[in-house]
Amino acid sequence: MVLELQKPRPIWQIMFSTHHTDVGLLYLITSVAFLFMGGALALAIRAELFLPGAQIIGDAMTFNRIFTVHGTTLIFLFIIPFASAVGNYFVPIMVRYKDMAYPKLNAIAFWMIPPAGALIWLGFADFTWYATPPYSIISAPGPAADMWIFGLKILGISSVLGAINFIVTILKCKHPDMSIGQVPLLAWSFLSSSLIIIVAIPTFAAALLMLLTDRLGVSGFFNPAMGGDPIAYAHLFWFTFHPEVYVLVIPAIGMMYEIIPRFSRKPIYSYNSGIFAFVLLSIVGFSSWAHHMYATGMSFTEKTVFMIGTLAAVPASAMHVFNFIATMWNARIKFSTPMMWAVGGIALFFSAGAGGVANAAMPLDFSTHDTYWVVGHFHLFVMGTIAFGSIGYLYYMFPYVTGRMYNETMGKVHFVMSFIGTVLVFFTQHVLGLYGMPRRIFDYPPIPEWIAMNQIVTVGAMIIGVSMAIFLINMIYSSGKGKLANTEDPFGVGGKYYYPFEAKNPSH
Amino acid sequence: MSGHSNWPEWIYVGVVIALMVWVGAEAWEAERLVEHVPADAKIIKVTGQQWFWTFEHEDGTKEIGELHVETGKAYKFEIESKDVNHSFNIHDYVILMDAIPGRVNTVWFAPTDVGEHDIQCREYCGLIHYNMRGTLYVEEPSS
Repeated sequence: MVLELQKPRPIWQIMFSTHHTDVGLLYLITSVAFLFMGGALALAIRAELFLPGAQIIGDAMTFNRIFTVHGTTLIFLFIIPFASAVGNYFVPIMVRYKDMAYPKLNAIAFWMIPPAGALIWLGFADFTWYATPPYSIISAPGPAADMWIFGLKILGISSVLGAINFIVTILKCKHPDMSIGQVPLLAWSFLSSSLIIIVAIPTFAAALLMLLTDRLGVSGFFNPAMGGDPIAYAHLFWFTFHPEVYVLVIPAIGMMYEIIPRFSRKPIYSYNSGIFAFVLLSIVGFSSWAHHMYATGMSFTEKTVFMIGTLAAVPASAMHVFNFIATMWNARIKFSTPMMWAVGGIALFFSAGAGGVANAAMPLDFSTHDTYWVVGHFHLFVMGTIAFGSIGYLYYMFPYVTGRMYNETMGKVHFVMSFIGTVLVFFTQHVLGLYGMPRRIFDYPPIPEWIAMNQIVTVGAMIIGVSMAIFLINMIYSSGKGKLANTEDPFGVGGKYYYPFEAKNPSH
Repeated sequence: MSGHSNWPEWIYVGVVIALMVWVGAEAWEAERLVEHVPADAKIIKVTGQQWFWTFEHEDGTKEIGELHVETGKAYKFEIESKDVNHSFNIHDYVILMDAIPGRVNTVWFAPTDVGEHDIQCREYCGLIHYNMRGTLYVEEPSS
């Protein structure tokens, strides 16, 4: 990796490589590019909602397309590929193997992402990332909707291939001297999330095909006019995508498990409880999907079952938080940039979880469901926890990838601004939801509270936007001109690191 | 991992589980009460379609975009949709129920005070979803 910048190769050599660090680099660059593209759409949404009435986005259709592609991009083209980037760099090294188990499959899994991204962006569908039928069948304009369906289909296959690769690498290719109980928690997080992908994704893959044939008019699975049931789609979708939430969050927690002990200069408080919580989350993650559907007319019994299933996930998440705090307790902590992101991420993870408990409680859900509360709630996970963990990890792996140090001051400014922005945006959105503002609306009536809170949210979003520009400048400038890093101990905290740097790339 | 005792974590996990049990029990009790529809509730048929609400009272009178009800009476909404999914919402009364084509969902309320409240659609339903709004007028009983 480091050699990339010191001893450059032609770009096609990296593109056609199957080595895990090369594929990791491709994943990394692609996912960060999509982070900025999806983030730009978020800023457009927020600028539009600063005031009631049409501002910068001319019409509702464009607005609906923008928030659909925003969500799809950041979930499927940023968070998941970014986790794959980290996994590609670190998992083989953590299990002491020369590469991923199936290097060609690994490269294929990556190369499915650019065409899928192109389909999603060139189509620019408008039916939300949930593709809700019957709207998506009878009302959503094609070919955008069909392109979205094909894009997601390809991404699903890519996820499954990647997951198979991680599972085999960890279980079958780990060094014979290493028991599964010695595999680092970051690798454990990939094992857990990959197992969830294998179990969860096929359901949505089936639902996507049914959606497509419904759109073509040859079937009516979800079309009531042909005897179908839209609620069936909701079950199939959420059976995949509630566990998928854990697919997204578990690797980010794994990244924090790498950062927090490193900068606390202590071993993790309880390695076993970390593993236990990962495994428990992967299982109970499957018992809560229909809490997204309380308002579809579910019976009291169904709601009760899924409320219990949802609340059951809380102790496992709380164990992670406990583990992090207990590790930091009485430690000589060095607050370098990655550590600040990880700690900020934990704080926001806790807040998001607390809000989630309120959502899960049946009567309260009817107050929060489909309002901005929900938008704030899941963004505290995807932005506050997952993106914070991921960005912290990006800073952490930066010296290994480039051989240079990023600018520490800019990194800290990036964190402070992003943290303030995130709190302003997503905490305020919770309150806005309690005041009844529905999500996914292009315009809103001039209710004074709504206007005030939307303006706070927009200001917060712009603060995040500026901090991300600082981040981009830092990454680009430092990868070429930054100080050379001490790759033995770039952060000056001692201890043994996992060095992607030491991965032998045959191309060099 | 090894060598130190783990009792603080056990206590902590115990506290979290106790909290969740409490939240779950409270929610269960509250929802059970909320779902108990009074026997004398008057039925209002609510139909969602792109992008407005239609209301039909028991006596056959229809209203579009606005709904007049009286204080002191219980009303049961029977909610359906003519095209795509919508969600019938009177936020001030925490009334929220999806309108789904092919099925009838019910929810009830009993307004207590005279006033005007917003009715809106809370499930994405396309182009003018943002403006699928109406007004609830709660009035004194006429007789």
